Amino acid sequence: MNLTSDNSITWRYAKQQVFFNIVRLAALLISAALGGLLLFIIASGIQAISWDFITLPPRDSMTKGGIMPAIVGTFYLTLGAIAIALPLGVASAIYLSEYARQGTIVRIIRIGVNCLAGVPSVVFGLFGLGFFVVYLKFGSSILSGALTLGILILPTIIGASEEALKAVPQTFREASLALGVSKWGTILRIVLPNALPGILTGSILGIGRAAGETAPIMFTAAAFFTAKLPESIFDEVMALPYHVYVLATAGTHIEETRSIQYGTVLVLVALVLGIDLIAIAIRSAMRKRKKW
Amino acid sequence: MVTTANNIIFELKQVNFFYGSTQALTDISMDFEKNRVTALIGPSGCGKSTLLRLLNRMNDLIDGTRVEGEILFEGRNIYNADNDPVEIRRRIGMVFQKPNPFPKSIFNNITYGPRLTGTRNRADLELLVEQSLKQAVLWDEVKDILNKSAMTLSGGQQQRLCIARALAMKPDVLLMDEPTSALDPISTAKIEDLIEELKKNYTIIIVTHNMQQAARVSEMTGFFYLGRLIEYALTTDIFTNPQVKQTEDYITGRFG
Amino acid sequence: MAATRQRKEQAIQMLFFLFAAFSIVLLALILIFLFREGLPIFKTVTPIDFIFGKFWYPTYEPPEYGIWPLIVGSLVVTFIASAIAVPLGVLSAVYISEIAPASIKEILKSVIELIAGIPSVVLGFFGMVILAPWMQETFDLPTGLNIMNASLVLALMAVPTISSISEDALYAVPNEFKEASYALGATKYETIVKVIIPAALSGISTAVILGMARAIGETMVVLMVAGGAAAIPESLFDSVRPMPASIAAEMGEAPFRSGHYHALFATGIVLFFLTLAFNLLADYISNRFKEVGSATL
Ligand SMILES: Nc1ncnc2c1ncn2[C@@H]1O[C@H](COP(=O)(O)OP(=O)(O)OP(=O)(O)O)[C@@H](O)[C@H]1O
Ligand SMILES: [Mg+2]
Repeated sequence: MNLTSDNSITWRYAKQQVFFNIVRLAALLISAALGGLLLFIIASGIQAISWDFITLPPRDSMTKGGIMPAIVGTFYLTLGAIAIALPLGVASAIYLSEYARQGTIVRIIRIGVNCLAGVPSVVFGLFGLGFFVVYLKFGSSILSGALTLGILILPTIIGASEEALKAVPQTFREASLALGVSKWGTILRIVLPNALPGILTGSILGIGRAAGETAPIMFTAAAFFTAKLPESIFDEVMALPYHVYVLATAGTHIEETRSIQYGTVLVLVALVLGIDLIAIAIRSAMRKRKKW
Repeated sequence: MVTTANNIIFELKQVNFFYGSTQALTDISMDFEKNRVTALIGPSGCGKSTLLRLLNRMNDLIDGTRVEGEILFEGRNIYNADNDPVEIRRRIGMVFQKPNPFPKSIFNNITYGPRLTGTRNRADLELLVEQSLKQAVLWDEVKDILNKSAMTLSGGQQQRLCIARALAMKPDVLLMDEPTSALDPISTAKIEDLIEELKKNYTIIIVTHNMQQAARVSEMTGFFYLGRLIEYALTTDIFTNPQVKQTEDYITGRFG
Repeated sequence: MAATRQRKEQAIQMLFFLFAAFSIVLLALILIFLFREGLPIFKTVTPIDFIFGKFWYPTYEPPEYGIWPLIVGSLVVTFIASAIAVPLGVLSAVYISEIAPASIKEILKSVIELIAGIPSVVLGFFGMVILAPWMQETFDLPTGLNIMNASLVLALMAVPTISSISEDALYAVPNEFKEASYALGATKYETIVKVIIPAALSGISTAVILGMARAIGETMVVLMVAGGAAAIPESLFDSVRPMPASIAAEMGEAPFRSGHYHALFATGIVLFFLTLAFNLLADYISNRFKEVGSATL
């Protein structure tokens, strides 16, 4: 079966080999980047971590002590964000997946959601400043920050929820409707429960995203330092990502506080990636279990 | 039927085939003759497509498959390690059940294969396109729109384009898996005429669910059931005087 | 009875519609408030001078509000980051969807997802404390906080976007095309390069554009590692001050509703429309080619 031509099979396979190796190299580079990054974060952060670091407030103009207020602040902001985005996002997704018919309005809504997803985080920050902080007079506060973060993760929640709703087989809906259950009843009792794991995954990913964002809270919620823990939603808070930024770039103690910076970075990354890993785990468990 | 050894292009010896742990073909031994049309018939799921795809090693592309036995093409086992599937497929063309032109122009669909093996000269390619399209009886319909996307053709035209595309590789064998099942009667008739024409120069193995089609176009027919070759004989014999009860039931529509 | 029930159903549908429309309302609100706080700057400077002005000296007396250096800064880091991220993202997508064995595929997908999950402030921090000193020493530079550094880190941020969207596009290429190619005696490489990638091209283009939009809008990385010089760069190792960095760095110091404050909001407007353009383009491309499916009968 030999073949005479200027494009011999050997040569064609050689090209393939080269291409495959380049492709593998790309994959390897990306993995190495993540690996190196995580290694650096863990190796440099681990010695700063202690029970005190996590449970005590900073002292001596933030050159010593722990990061507890930043952890608490991030917790509040994230909780607030998801409390706002989840109901809104799921409701939007229900409309888009269950009620909407193809048409101009739906098309516009979809473009709107896509555009919202593409708005730079710093622009969300500006909006939060102009609208919540200044116009609604919420001031720089947990409320303003949580609202801003909530809007930021809204498209993520909508996207994930819509996907989860669409994955529920049409036959489930038809079976319920055929039994005389109303559309809303069907959605509530059949569609939503089946879509729940997917919605949950999306929400958890949204939480991770909200916990790690800095730019949107810079002008809307985050404080350089607070002596006390927040007492109301109108208080400013410290937040982990902002704390990293502040310690690494501002002030006169940048070198002195390196160890605190590394520690904070580790806590932040562990928090965010931990949240993401939970979502990934739920999703893969769900895929394995899925019967339809 | 009288055959001499050099008339045989494919020789299958006790072939078993597995998708993972499920066996799809059991103990198949059969020969395919050169420049003949052989039809493979049988109920859905009996392994016709699987057998066809064994002949050009398309099943290699599915993970976890396994072949036992020998499949000799011109006397050489195509599953030997030193036989490359890419070269085998170049010599054994395939037409699929659903027309599958590339989302490229008609011209580029046909030149796709020849270009891979090194035909670059524009004049050569143009000649090849014309020849192949004429062979597939599509030339008159598309000669003015060679640069249009193949996706704009009708289903029947697309299928003939796929045949032309396979012919452009100048294969020795053409494997056709239900090539007309997705087509209307007129397109089907055209493709049957085309097969009639092509068998002068090619060995054709065709899978079909259409008994009349098998009777019309083929000289040899093999009947498969549950992964086994039940009966294999001249088409006229199979349809007029089947030796096995199952074959008879199937071709008379009393199956089940 | 049936009528009230029907009315109830309609009310519910209406309610959900309002929720869904809320995204549009939000988008409008964002615009309104950007304009409200940003437009006043155009009493002091014309839009043309604002965008094409070469000097950004918002705190001088008299101040100069030209954001051209900031725009150039944004574009430069975005393009260099894309030049790095596009091949990495697309090739890794090809690897995941066409070449990798199942086990590696799953691992790599998680890797990409985790990269996407790393907070940008952490990546910026990494650029500051690791890449910058290394670059400064290796290339003997005045500062390691420069275009190259920012682009490298931004590239890492854009890879997940590009890779995952490209992978979806590659995955969606109908199997029939691949089979047709193999049946004609193509190698896997030829099938990937001549059939699969061209068929997925619109999706891959969308991925690239969205990756670029991601890089243009990213704040913390450019804030921390681009160096902050509001001047038009001359070399890849110069510092720049991309738009998001300028906004984030200066908003804290700009007096409330001063010219500087308004100018920063106006910069936000420019940034908003720039990313909007990228997103609309991506949307257009992905819809435009959607109809071209496999063979129709
Ligand atoms: N990719 C695959 N993986 C696992 N099993 C398969 C695969 N393809 C086919 N099979 C199984 O192998 C058996 C034979 O299938 P095959 O497609 O060859 O049948 P067929 O005779 O062509 O049927 P039809 O007339 O419906 O096309 C079937 O039981 C089928 O379920
Ligand atoms: Mg079949």
